[in-house]
Amino acid sequence: MASPSSTPVDLSQAFVMAPPGLGEWLVILPPALMITAGALLMMMRHRVDRHGFIAIPALVALVLIDAALLLKVSTGGPVTMMMGRWLPPFGIAFTVDVLGALMALVSALAGLAAAIAALTDISDSGRRYGFFPFLMLLMAGVSGAFLTGDVFNLYVWFEVLLISSFGLLILGSEKQQIDGALKYAVLNLIGTTLFLISVGYLYAIFGTLNMADIALKAREISGAPLMTLSALFILAFGMKAAAFPVNFWLPASYHTPRITVSALFGGLLTKIGIYALLRVMVMLFPVQREELSFVLAVVAVLTMVLSGFGMLAQNDLRRMAGFAVILGIGNMLAGIATGTMVGLSGAVLYALHSILAMTALYLVIGRVKALTGSWTLSAGGGIYSVAPGFAFVSLALFLAVAGLPPFSGLWPKIMLVKASVDIGAWWLAAGILISGFLATIALGRTFLLAYWRPAAESPASKRATSNVTRPQQQDRLAAVAILGLAALIVLFGLFPEAPLSLSQQAATGLLDPQSYVRSVFPQGGAQ
Amino acid sequence: METLFAVLVGILFSAAIYLMLSKQSVRVLLGIALLGNAVNLLLFTSGRLTREVPPIIAARLDVLPGNTANPLPQALILTAIVISFSFFAFLLVLTYRAFQELGTDNTDEMRLAEPKNEPLPPTGY
Repeated sequence: MASPSSTPVDLSQAFVMAPPGLGEWLVILPPALMITAGALLMMMRHRVDRHGFIAIPALVALVLIDAALLLKVSTGGPVTMMMGRWLPPFGIAFTVDVLGALMALVSALAGLAAAIAALTDISDSGRRYGFFPFLMLLMAGVSGAFLTGDVFNLYVWFEVLLISSFGLLILGSEKQQIDGALKYAVLNLIGTTLFLISVGYLYAIFGTLNMADIALKAREISGAPLMTLSALFILAFGMKAAAFPVNFWLPASYHTPRITVSALFGGLLTKIGIYALLRVMVMLFPVQREELSFVLAVVAVLTMVLSGFGMLAQNDLRRMAGFAVILGIGNMLAGIATGTMVGLSGAVLYALHSILAMTALYLVIGRVKALTGSWTLSAGGGIYSVAPGFAFVSLALFLAVAGLPPFSGLWPKIMLVKASVDIGAWWLAAGILISGFLATIALGRTFLLAYWRPAAESPASKRATSNVTRPQQQDRLAAVAILGLAALIVLFGLFPEAPLSLSQQAATGLLDPQSYVRSVFPQGGAQ
Repeated sequence: METLFAVLVGILFSAAIYLMLSKQSVRVLLGIALLGNAVNLLLFTSGRLTREVPPIIAARLDVLPGNTANPLPQALILTAIVISFSFFAFLLVLTYRAFQELGTDNTDEMRLAEPKNEPLPPTGY
């Protein structure tokens, strides 16, 4: 306001005047809760015995909040909360639709499972170096990225989760970890810098950072270099999601930290790249995605088939799991490349399945190491005779990761194959099936060698047999985490209606962002 | 002015990419620092570069006239500087630790996480 005037200032020109409803607070609560819990844990850094008592309830609360949020947006449509009450598009908007809430809920579940497993896996020195505070900040970054409605804010959440992932990755400071962390840190930093470059161009073109505002303007604008911008976004998010050929940081680093940290990373981090691709390329720039769909499809096929071969070539189980993560990314990219309703909901469904299955796969590998004393296929063996129940659960998880019925991996794969055949890309469908076949061979071989093969007479197997008689209390928490995830995966596989209809709702919201835009601009886009 | 800055940003980008293609981890690090600054300049340029018109709202006007510099990209840069500075500090320590622990700054020789002659998985038993 320029001239001092005697009339009272009309605040409603700049501010949202109505106080936010109780439900709207849910939008900001997940990152706020996680940051608070992280700060609290940081303050009692040396009372390591109490970390679990704060971290686990905080994560349970996160799951409940995300569930309530999902319930709210799936019945009532997207919800927006403006930070600092500024009217959109000027303030930072947190806009939650079904896609964001769904991803946030499933990641919170995976985070909770990893935290439960960490209670025994992370030693006191790991806690003193801040495992639980980093975990909380990582979850804050993950939830913030899923819930925000502002592109620059998305970049900031990317950085929040990146810096906490650095902390988790080097926890323990072993030589291997430092080697892996250097490659991970350099390449991920370049990836987020590329994202920042794209944000700079985006602002130069549109003059706004609000996603709903961009979605409106991108459909009208002409003559702007949107193809360049889209290509940059795809490169940046492809690097975060570990798409071929910019994925070599993942198999170089994901096997180096503690297995719980690997489980968290394998479950959560790459899917954020996929989420950002869905949000930016499908919702904001659908025309440019259509133009680039062939490139995306080729990248998808190369990512999944080459990582299938990567799985076959690995002797170290953790590195095999790293390639399994990349294989899933290829499948999700295939869904984004098709761009149809079926393909996109298949990609969303695959992301949900992959978050749960990859976390569980790494935790299972951690148990395999505890039982046989070795990470490798050549040295381990004999689990079936000592832990038949665990072998049974592992087989179910292996089948789910490979995409075989009756588990959660089957349904998204069917949808993705159908979507690729629908658009006439038989080679894309073939890629999905071949990569699934390669994953089946690799995981079947793991079961054969590590579970069915009788334990060889080596020092490692002697330790294995002595492990059986060891008090089992220490293993119980990891077992709880694995069983919980396995139960979710089996339920998801046997009763796919609820996740299926939610992911279809999410894909509808991406293809037609009407309701998303209306939740930010109730007057129908006055700007 | 904008053209000059565009050329400058381009030069910085190419120097950064050249440095990042090196095998020496310290050079890669310098490349990353340069890249961060190039991006900041890019953001700065995207908000118009004028200092002739001060960003003061004249009497009887409610908004700034169109030919002043946009302050929002400058706020974005502040955020980006803080973030890239903290990351650079972390990477600096990490690179130093890597040099201490692994005894080399040549990324080709950092093969601890991915050993060269890793055995293939057994084909039978």
